[in-house]
Amino acid sequence: MSSPLPKVLLFGPRRSGKSSIKQVLFSKMSPHETLFRLESTPTPQHLIVDTNRLSQFELIDFPGDWDEASNNPIFLGLSCFVFVLDAQDEPYDLVLSYLTNLISKATKVNPRIHVHVFINKVDGELFLSEEAKYDCRRDIVSLVQEEMETFQGLDNVNVEYYLTSIYDHSVYESFSKVVQKLVPALNTIESLLNVLVERNGMEKAFLFDVASKLYISTDSNPVDAAGYELCSDMIDVVLDVSGIYGGRHNSDSNREIDDGSKGEGEGGEQDKSVTEEEKNGYYDSESCAAIHLSNGIVLYLKEVESMLALVCLTREESFGRRGLVDYNIGVFKEAIKKMIEVAGPK
Amino acid sequence: MKKKVLLMGKAHSGKTSMRSIIFANYLARDTMRLSPTLDVEHHHVRFLGNLVLNLWDCGGQDAFYESYFERDRETIFRSVELLIYVFDIESDNPEKDFDHFSGVLEAIEENSPDARIFVLVHKMDLVHEDERDVIFEDRQRIIQAHSRGLSLQCFATSIWDETLYKAWSEIVTNLIPNIQLLKTHLDDFCRISDADEVVLFERATFLVIAHTSQNAAQHNFDAHRFEKISNIVKQFKLSCGKTQAGFQGMEVKNSLFSAFIDAFTENTYIMVIVSDPQIETAATLINIKNAREHFEKNFARS
Ligand SMILES: Nc1nc2c(ncn2[C@@H]2O[C@H](COP(=O)(O)OP(=O)(O)OP(=O)(O)O)[C@@H](O)[C@H]2O)c(=O)[nH]1
Ligand SMILES: Nc1nc2c(ncn2[C@@H]2O[C@H](COP(=O)(O)OP(=O)(O)O)[C@@H](O)[C@H]2O)c(=O)[nH]1
Ligand SMILES: [Mg+2]
Ligand SMILES: [Mg+2]
Repeated sequence: MSSPLPKVLLFGPRRSGKSSIKQVLFSKMSPHETLFRLESTPTPQHLIVDTNRLSQFELIDFPGDWDEASNNPIFLGLSCFVFVLDAQDEPYDLVLSYLTNLISKATKVNPRIHVHVFINKVDGELFLSEEAKYDCRRDIVSLVQEEMETFQGLDNVNVEYYLTSIYDHSVYESFSKVVQKLVPALNTIESLLNVLVERNGMEKAFLFDVASKLYISTDSNPVDAAGYELCSDMIDVVLDVSGIYGGRHNSDSNREIDDGSKGEGEGGEQDKSVTEEEKNGYYDSESCAAIHLSNGIVLYLKEVESMLALVCLTREESFGRRGLVDYNIGVFKEAIKKMIEVAGPK
Repeated sequence: MKKKVLLMGKAHSGKTSMRSIIFANYLARDTMRLSPTLDVEHHHVRFLGNLVLNLWDCGGQDAFYESYFERDRETIFRSVELLIYVFDIESDNPEKDFDHFSGVLEAIEENSPDARIFVLVHKMDLVHEDERDVIFEDRQRIIQAHSRGLSLQCFATSIWDETLYKAWSEIVTNLIPNIQLLKTHLDDFCRISDADEVVLFERATFLVIAHTSQNAAQHNFDAHRFEKISNIVKQFKLSCGKTQAGFQGMEVKNSLFSAFIDAFTENTYIMVIVSDPQIETAATLINIKNAREHFEKNFARS
């Protein structure tokens, strides 16, 4: 344990969806299950997210309206926090003064802290149109700004707003952006992706964490929501199909006997990582997939490192030179591998 | 070829939801916005090209039942090919559900004695996973006890997982005339191409219509894999729809297997699973292409 993992804190009023977001993103709970499987969170819940070696962090889900931050040691060494609010629960004024209070406390400890505001639950009857969502965001942004003016020295605080719902991709895309800010080598990865996209005439490339479907980086072409969603859905397809036909225990019964000796870790934490590995055993160094669409676009996925996937959107013409595409991806893969080795053991 | 299918069961049991997901490309969560069905809604859905299912989605409120049983008895229950009866696992009045059920069976027996009967015990996602089998067995026993000696088949279903596809695949394949011949040809194709498994899906619904395996026992595959694949691919097709691009085909592999899912004949998709590393991708693709021509010729307008 050389340097401690960066932390991401989840704050917000009761029932705004903090635990739901955590469960949906990192424990594969399906969104509708949050309706009846989640109880109010009594104490802060810690979760280590370290499935891949490029983006690792500790996620802490706080009880709603948590107010023991007053003596704020929790903000020490903290680079960001996420504030989740319920867009369907108007009026917002109380919630937003809770938010500005938190911001003011946090900035006293770390003036450069990043604040991410998730305007959550923008789904259902109230938010059928995009316009309704944008209106909601505009209202909230101006209320927060008004509120912040009553404090001193909050002019330069970095606050970003996201419209999210656990029922669609928005929560994945938004959380990706939170996590990207914590990746130390983000710029390098981005330039590697730029080179790859340019050499192969690709439309777009993403580097994904396969377990959470968060993307760690992308090339500097603009992200088009629809393309991103397809790449993200593709990961589900690849994992699900591989889980059915490419599970190790299926084809090699000897292995099961080997695995029978896994009595080592009775301890809670180790147990977890063992099952995690078993679960993901079917995503391996030869994992690879191509999906062809009727508009001449191919989605191409390749394993890069344990639990990392490169997913690119490319035209059928460019994909025709598959040897070249694979070669260039190989180069990219090597570069990422080196980066991880330099960073040292996890 | 038209086939009349009756969809019955108590109000709010999930009939319209299932129909909309299977035949009208709804996502499961879209069904939360459905409003109650009034009287009978008629829908014609095309399956495998020229099989037309004439779906009668019968609103389930008590008042409607009165007219189903009295005034409209013949209209409703005459020349029925399939009856699909839906029970809500969380029903607040199971007694009454069974009264209706018995009434429906009686009317069917009288008007369409040859109809095939399927009973869906629905919304099973609301039951804890560990208890699903036991509760389903129990329900099935009660249903059988009310069956008036008619033969019927029960399924546990939920719109939130692949069980929906399992049930509807089994139900619908009952209506395909030359299914046995289709299966024989699929067996041949599987053997010739050295595949572990070949599965045929209906194009629009992605329901499984036939499958064949070699050495499946040796692989110990998940028993629910076909309906899982239906569910997975259908979801992805719907995501593609949002971008105005159609789904054409895919190839997924890891160190132990390759899966090819591709548009096949005019009305089907095919999936071929290969685990033998000696078999080149190109060879499999050529085999699929040849089989496509063969199937188009033999099953074009059946
Ligand atoms: N419609 C909708 N409902 C959501 C969304 N996110 C969460 N919910 C629902 O909101 C309710 C509360 O969610 P939780 O995740 O328990 O909220 P929490 O913020 O952790 O609550 P506390 O632990 O009490 O602070 C659940 O019923 C969720 O299903 C969303 O994006 N849209
Ligand atoms: N939990 C759960 N809810 C379901 C399921 N199927 C349908 N529902 C819900 O049940 C409600 C009534 O469904 P509807 O199709 O209108 O019922 P109908 O009256 O039988 O046509 C809707 O809110 C659906 O979302 C299921 O499998 N599980
Ligand atoms: Mg909580
Ligand atoms: Mg209905």
